[in-house]
Amino acid sequence: MAPVGRTLLVLGLVVAVYGAGASLYGGRSGREEWVVSGRRAVYALALVMTVAWVILEAAFLRSDFSFNVVAAHSSTTTPTFYKLAAPWSSQEGSLLLWVWLLSLWSSLILFLTRKRVREIAPYATAVLMGFAVFFGSLAAFFANPFATTASPPPEGAGLDPLLLHPSMMIHPPMLYSGYTLMAVPFAFAVGALITGRLTSEWISVSRRFALAAWLFLGIGVVLGARWSYTELGWGGYWAWDPVENAALMPWLASTAFIHSIMIQEKRGMLKVWNVSLVLASGTLAILGTFLVRSGVLDSIHAFGASTLGVPFVLLLATMIIGGIGLVLWRRERLRSEAHLESLLSREAVFLLQNLVLVAMVFVIFWITFFPLISEALTGTKVSVGPPAFRPFIVPLALVLVALSGIGPLIAWRRVTAANLRRNFAFPVVGAVAICLVLLVTGQGTGRPFALVMFTFGAFVLLAVGQEFWRGTGARMAMSREAPPLALVQLIRRNRRRYGGYIVHAGVAVLLIGVAASSSFQHSRDAVLRPGQSTRVDGYTVRYVRPIATATAQKLSFGAVLDVSKGGKHVTTLRTSRGFYPSQDPSLGPIGRFFDGEADSNVGLQAGATRDIWTVVNPDLSPLRGLINRGNALFGAALPKAMTRAASLPPAQAQASLAPLWQLRDQAISGIATRFITHPWPVSFLLIVDPLVSWIWIGAIIVAIGGLLALWPIPRLARRRRAVTLPVPGAAPAPAPAASAPSPVTAARELV
Amino acid sequence: MDPSRKRAIRLVAALTAALLLASALVYTSFSAGRDELTAGQLLTRARPGQSYILAGTVLTGSVRHVGDALMFRVRDPKLRVSVPVRYTGIVPDPFRAGRGVLVTVHEPSTGTQFVGEQDSLTTKCPSKYQATSASY
Repeated sequence: MAPVGRTLLVLGLVVAVYGAGASLYGGRSGREEWVVSGRRAVYALALVMTVAWVILEAAFLRSDFSFNVVAAHSSTTTPTFYKLAAPWSSQEGSLLLWVWLLSLWSSLILFLTRKRVREIAPYATAVLMGFAVFFGSLAAFFANPFATTASPPPEGAGLDPLLLHPSMMIHPPMLYSGYTLMAVPFAFAVGALITGRLTSEWISVSRRFALAAWLFLGIGVVLGARWSYTELGWGGYWAWDPVENAALMPWLASTAFIHSIMIQEKRGMLKVWNVSLVLASGTLAILGTFLVRSGVLDSIHAFGASTLGVPFVLLLATMIIGGIGLVLWRRERLRSEAHLESLLSREAVFLLQNLVLVAMVFVIFWITFFPLISEALTGTKVSVGPPAFRPFIVPLALVLVALSGIGPLIAWRRVTAANLRRNFAFPVVGAVAICLVLLVTGQGTGRPFALVMFTFGAFVLLAVGQEFWRGTGARMAMSREAPPLALVQLIRRNRRRYGGYIVHAGVAVLLIGVAASSSFQHSRDAVLRPGQSTRVDGYTVRYVRPIATATAQKLSFGAVLDVSKGGKHVTTLRTSRGFYPSQDPSLGPIGRFFDGEADSNVGLQAGATRDIWTVVNPDLSPLRGLINRGNALFGAALPKAMTRAASLPPAQAQASLAPLWQLRDQAISGIATRFITHPWPVSFLLIVDPLVSWIWIGAIIVAIGGLLALWPIPRLARRRRAVTLPVPGAAPAPAPAASAPSPVTAARELV
Repeated sequence: MDPSRKRAIRLVAALTAALLLASALVYTSFSAGRDELTAGQLLTRARPGQSYILAGTVLTGSVRHVGDALMFRVRDPKLRVSVPVRYTGIVPDPFRAGRGVLVTVHEPSTGTQFVGEQDSLTTKCPSKYQATSASY
């Protein structure tokens, strides 16, 4: 099937080139049949890439080691679940996944907009196909997933043990979906700039895709954080690693965009800003892929020396120069239709929130790329590391959280004293009260930033709660519905707004978890013998007994720990470190089972108030003497046995070697068992981390809010909104009086 | 106040804030940064007491445990030189010979072995490297 796959890659490339050319010609000449043909080329590309992807997956499932990529990233013992995920562990498979997902999203947006934005769509199609040509070329000519070998090996190298984690199935596809979805608003922004049709029409068609990109990227980032949290050496849930930052930057930029487009939709303002943010988000998404692929920065997650850096730099340069050029060319048409009337208005809050988000992107970009910048300026790479982020990101995050509470409460255009009193009194008083309680109980002592984050987080939660309370109350008053039904109907009829509020609440919860876990974490390194104990943050941790298991897949050495507090049993933790057999013959016939890839199994007891996290680092040096003796014994016996077996027919050869393998397995098992029978001190890392669970709970709340905002609004509500929307090009409606709204007006606005 | 004047004042305020942030960022980066050196650069530039980030690959056959300490040599990716490191602390799962590592080290006043700062060792994720030919 490999030749079919290679043919499909080339066919896909031809289709993408044709699609781009036909769309451009159709757009310029106004010939509809070429535009339609270009669009159909996108559908064809999606079909071709789907078949190519199925062929690659089938090769992994069949363990077809004639495919180089299968031999390098899978084996017959790789579980089926991970065989399905193995394609994107390779560079080749990742590139194919990029093109496949891009073709699917492109087909979806072009199908949905086939009767809308007719002038912009051909150019957007050309841009999307341009991306497909770029990534398709890389897959076809630089890292072909269908490359084969004439003499397939009997067994593959297998998937790296670190990737044998359920997140492997979801985390990379989520990130790739986010990155590829970012291309959609980018393409429509370019189309709008080329055609000069810069009303909010292009935003309305691509907004949902921008939101989907934001949601997928966010889910991908959080899943990655959760995965890192349970791996030793990945720096906990967030390490400010370049690859982590690469995913965070477009997410922050798109967060800014999905807020600021509301100002353009409502007031016709910030057109230059919005189009620039979309172009920046798309460019940052490509930059993220570039950072993972090029190995240009030292990362615990990055690809090593790859040849893909130069093509990516060229693509990024084209996107940046082209984007700036288009914005400058269309600057006259991008003039705002209105101006900011007051700094105390929702527009001003959104704008400030945008500036904070962009500042965060700038800080992350600068510090991430500083080793390269410093090398270019001084000739020496200078690393600043995670501590450099905190003085900038923490205050910016605090301002952001405060603004996410103020935004939903403050009025458009201009605030009044009555508005301030009516909307802010309860959340502000509540947040101050919570702050005082924390101060009095000593919870925030010595950690001012954490205390401020808790206060601002409480403010956001109270503000959002107030909005739901008032909206539900107003709906009950209008429709006489029961409270639960009124709440459901309230959300159902204005999903974008209330979905957004839920996202704000989720972000507040998430950041409260981050503030607590990073400010009040307690950790201890301890070397313990069985029966010995140590203390960390008031918990007594006792090393109960060692454990060791030997299976065909791996050797595992670990410990059972008993955790208690105040004499009461809290939990029992099990942690271990597994060693997978190495293929390196220099390690010896026994040593290769003890010196292969290692994978730590974290002992974790997660709770609502704190997590107890532990990992063991079993020192195997006391076994080294036995391992060396085993290497010597079996090293001498093996060549003779192999020579004898080589002269026999295959079945007899296997039978003649079987006793030797049995003896070897017994020897390995015997050596491993000494970890239990003759225990020696082993080292543990013990961490008590407060409120970590709330990071994941907050992320789930954000995802629910994002999904609600993304879900299409009911037909009836859409019709109602269409009636109330201003006619494009018409003069803006006069400003409503900035006085306290009547109960009926307030109720209508809320529901 | 004239609306255009008001807008100009806001723009100046925003640009000033941006300039202050950028200046603070540049200053922090240069003042708090540590040189990231290869083995060859470390051997020529290291001064006792000063810490550096050593980047390179773990030399094959150099890894051994001595008590709690992990001893290994970090090889220069371009030159045929390596430096010995004595490290204590968390050893990341992917750490092994041939892997790319970053470790913060300082040269002790006595001895030739560089001392790795506790828990400063990071290893590049091997799974994400461009796969070389599999060994069978």
